[in-house]
Amino acid sequence: MYNNGKMKFWRAFNFVLLLAGSLFMIAPLFWMISISLKTMEEIYRGEFTFIPEDIQFSNFTDIFTVAPFGTYFINTAVITVIVVLANVFVNAYIAYGFAKIEFKGRGPLFIIVLSTMMLPGFITLIPQYVIFAKLGLVNTYYPLILPALFGSAFNIFLLRQFFKGVPNSMIEAAKMEGANHFQIFFKIALPMIKPALFTVAIFSFNGVWNDFLGPLLYLNDESLYTLQLGLQVFKEQSNTQWNYLMAGSLLVLLPVIVLFFFFQRYFIEGSNILGNTDEK
Amino acid sequence: MNKKKENIYGYIFILPWIIGFLGLTLGPLLFSLAGSFTNYNVTSRMDFIGFENYSRMFAHDDLFWTSLYNTMYFVLFSVPLTTIAAILISTMMNQSIPGMRIFRTIYYLPAILSGVGVYLLWMQLLDPSTGLINQFLDIFGIEGPNWLFDAGWAKPSLIFMKLWSAGGSMLLYLAAMQGISKTLYEAAVMDGASRAQLFFKITLPMVSPIIFFDIVTSTIGSFQIFQEAYVMSADNAGAPENSLLFYNLYMWIKAFNVFDMGYAMAMSWILFIIVLLLTLLNFKLSKRWVHYEGD
Repeated sequence: MYNNGKMKFWRAFNFVLLLAGSLFMIAPLFWMISISLKTMEEIYRGEFTFIPEDIQFSNFTDIFTVAPFGTYFINTAVITVIVVLANVFVNAYIAYGFAKIEFKGRGPLFIIVLSTMMLPGFITLIPQYVIFAKLGLVNTYYPLILPALFGSAFNIFLLRQFFKGVPNSMIEAAKMEGANHFQIFFKIALPMIKPALFTVAIFSFNGVWNDFLGPLLYLNDESLYTLQLGLQVFKEQSNTQWNYLMAGSLLVLLPVIVLFFFFQRYFIEGSNILGNTDEK
Repeated sequence: MNKKKENIYGYIFILPWIIGFLGLTLGPLLFSLAGSFTNYNVTSRMDFIGFENYSRMFAHDDLFWTSLYNTMYFVLFSVPLTTIAAILISTMMNQSIPGMRIFRTIYYLPAILSGVGVYLLWMQLLDPSTGLINQFLDIFGIEGPNWLFDAGWAKPSLIFMKLWSAGGSMLLYLAAMQGISKTLYEAAVMDGASRAQLFFKITLPMVSPIIFFDIVTSTIGSFQIFQEAYVMSADNAGAPENSLLFYNLYMWIKAFNVFDMGYAMAMSWILFIIVLLLTLLNFKLSKRWVHYEGD
């Protein structure tokens, strides 16, 4: 398009800028690793060094004795597994209904689904708390798990887009052979959108694993705490022992980072669907 | 299958959503609307007090206005800055640049990290004496501010943290930019358009629907900032000097610390109205600058 010299200059310029930006993106994570391996004495010396002078791997074992991170981890894992499974299945089930069955009122109902996405979370949070309190379910995992059984607007929307891609001719053919919608859903539609289910699983893993508001509101006993809540409490008790705090934070972030590097494609796919908002 | 059967199947499939919508959304909405006109406190009382919560909020509660100001401040800076950053990053990445995939991974990674771990990381980065940022500034002989401990710097600190995850919407922009037809650019270059003109006259208008989507969703999201402020303010209540007392944090304190639930529910309706108005305003303004293909 342009002459070669100019082109080369702009490419180099872009590259240098992007490189500088990546430092801003990546330096905090390296700094976190660095601090997590330092001694408190070295941290407070306040030198700009990424490589610890005396590497303390023991920080990572110490935090398990300073705070019950093992318990937090198990609690979080239990909640996460249940909620992720429920999210994937229930949302797919609902989304199939909206995508592939023509029932009366489908259009208006789907608009309601979408509009609930715009609702500020706090407006329902307070009454929901009242409901769970009256049911005697505060300080249990039920308030964190039960809502997942009823689907979430974002996931319904996402999966509906994928179900739309299942050819109607296949569904009609199955109906001709006498299959009902349950059979079609389980045997034909679900297997066809496996990658999308995986995308939902990853996004909801990220959501539940990082959920702070729910546990903060509903859990009182330390034995029930999740990692997010535990980390916050640990912050308050630790007197800014940054090495422990960073070691704890790193352990909590690690599963998400690992997941991201292995399944980056699914993260990207989810975002692309989100961007493709035109209704077809 | 006949029509009636399809109807029944349809409702069987969306049944979980209907139950959830009635029990966890619509029911709570009605309860909250009614409750906002009472002095409800969860345990003992729920007397009708008319518009008292609303008039107290507007006329007698300075902290309400403080929290609204803080939230507006945050939205007004963080939304445009993160949007511009995301567009710039995607524009630079939308050239055939060596290592594009690695860059994309690096810029996207911070966006998927969230929760208390990230807030603690930024509290350390922003720590006045031992944090990365001030120690980096120190190399150049610059004495960095006290960030989260300085009422004037606390909100900018959070905006700074948001910029770190600006790569989240980059993927949307990248996908849109890659969808723009090359012939558009070629024709413009033939006519002697400069680089800047290509960007402002072709790229920006072509991705404007995505910009609009991004601005609408991030305005709604930013208006509800809570966790960052809760974890990163020293007293979990907006310190220093209420500079981090955002709308939702103040509502949280009213609802769950002092159990002034009627008041908190009234606040949540005002929030709803503000968010709704902002969204409508966004839609209204969008007619002036959002370009839809085929228009």
